[in-house]
Amino acid sequence: MTHTIIQLAYLGAALLFISALRALGHPDTARRGMQFAAFGMAVAVAATLLDARIVSWQWIVAGLIVGTVAGYPLGMHIKMTAMPQRIALSHAFGALAASLVGIGEYAHGLVHGTLTSFQTASLGFEVLFGSLTVTGSLMAFGKLQEILPGRPLLFRGQNWLNLGLIVLAAAALVAEIVTPGHPLVFGSMAVLAALVGVLFVLPIGGADMPVVVSLLNSYAGLAAVATGFALDNTILIVVGALDGLSGFILSMAMSRAMNRSFANVLFGAFGAAPTVDAAAAGGASGEMVATSAEDAALRLAYASRVVMVPGYGLAVSQAQHQIRELGELIEKRGGEVRYAIHPVAGRMPGHMNVLLAEAGVPYDKLIDMEEINEKFADTDISVVVGANDVVNPAARTNAASPIYGMPILKVADSKAVLVLKRGRGTGFSGVENDLFVDPKTSMLFGDARASLAELGSEVKIA
Amino acid sequence: MSDTTIIQLFVFMLAGFVGIQTIHRIPPLLHTPLMAATNAISGISLVAALVLAGSGEGWLAGLLGAIAVACATANIVGGFLITDRMLAMFNRRPNPKNGATP
Repeated sequence: MTHTIIQLAYLGAALLFISALRALGHPDTARRGMQFAAFGMAVAVAATLLDARIVSWQWIVAGLIVGTVAGYPLGMHIKMTAMPQRIALSHAFGALAASLVGIGEYAHGLVHGTLTSFQTASLGFEVLFGSLTVTGSLMAFGKLQEILPGRPLLFRGQNWLNLGLIVLAAAALVAEIVTPGHPLVFGSMAVLAALVGVLFVLPIGGADMPVVVSLLNSYAGLAAVATGFALDNTILIVVGALDGLSGFILSMAMSRAMNRSFANVLFGAFGAAPTVDAAAAGGASGEMVATSAEDAALRLAYASRVVMVPGYGLAVSQAQHQIRELGELIEKRGGEVRYAIHPVAGRMPGHMNVLLAEAGVPYDKLIDMEEINEKFADTDISVVVGANDVVNPAARTNAASPIYGMPILKVADSKAVLVLKRGRGTGFSGVENDLFVDPKTSMLFGDARASLAELGSEVKIA
Repeated sequence: MSDTTIIQLFVFMLAGFVGIQTIHRIPPLLHTPLMAATNAISGISLVAALVLAGSGEGWLAGLLGAIAVACATANIVGGFLITDRMLAMFNRRPNPKNGATP
């Protein structure tokens, strides 16, 4: 009877979780959907406490208290700019939970002599993906939090070493499946997987983090699926599948947006600093035309359609509020302002949307790349702030360019372009940007935050 | 393989299809909340951790279980809170409360 109640509670929870993901399809329904999901979670957890296998309570209570105390600040006090590292950290938490459950259940089976090959395989996969994700996520967290150097760390034979370690870990898993019950083999598999996690993230630079964070999300989901198979727990299989797929779909979208093949991503060969031969890439010829805030503001004040193009540089200089204020001032003068969001404008999928929403930009003004690209031709002036490669027309026109083929915001189609930029240097990929020397482009050099504030006060008096 | 396993494989496959259909419908606008949400929901591994922590099979199982319970709980509590916080920011009209913060 109790068993049935628990299973029915899980069924209800699964229904609410899937409905919540469905509700995430639109900003108006998303919040309510997630609140229902939280309720489903509470029901599932409460029902589990009825489980006949639970005979002692002190460890449970201790864990619940520690987790709640740690979780509350992770939910309420994290800044939106710190979201990527916060998500990386919670991947590590989730994967650690899965790994420890796997190890615990393995030990249980070992003591009672009940380990079958199938159960060992499930637990093995669980611990393999789990420990890989724990260390990988901690590395990603360290890089995003800038505890570790953000630049890629490379050495000779890196890919071969990684491959060798993966083969060894897989061999240990196979040996354990064939003849279960050797804790040493099982343990070394976990250690090898943990090493792979470290080495896998080591060669990846800061700008490639959106792919890594999504991919680790996927691995954490796979670990949960394996837990479900090992413990005959259907809801873990369902949730793990959703989690794993979501991470997988996002990492595919991210790698597409960054012009990398998914195979390239999976095998960790990315993140190497591209070696660019500027001459072969047909570097931009011509001069950048500098402008003053006063002149630029005058044009913004009298424009009827303006598109803001924020890049990661905007988030770095914390200028979200300044860009929103400038946008509102232009709107007050009768102009229409929209924001063009490239998929990799932040450090994780969708990050720039959250940063601008936090600054108070209404979400219906945040337009995805595909939709806004059709509208650039009607745009009087585009304002590019701290973005470079994602607006480089060479990605569409110059087959010799290293970023050729990357989906970009077609800013060059608009009638005029204003670029706010710190200095005259190249972008992350080291490629010259033809947009900056285009005759219809004017450059406003300086810190993004200061420039935007200046533009705002000039628009006010224009 | 037992019948249970076969049924579980069916569940896995069907959940996968539901996942693909559902997640493809989520606009890039909400991809960060999506990641936070899947993080929170995947805290459901708490149910496995609870059983391990309460199994009463010695202090080692208890300790491993307790750490797993703490990690999963942190993801649930923190995950649902931060998702809600983020989704509250997505408004159709300019939000003076959000906008006022420096």
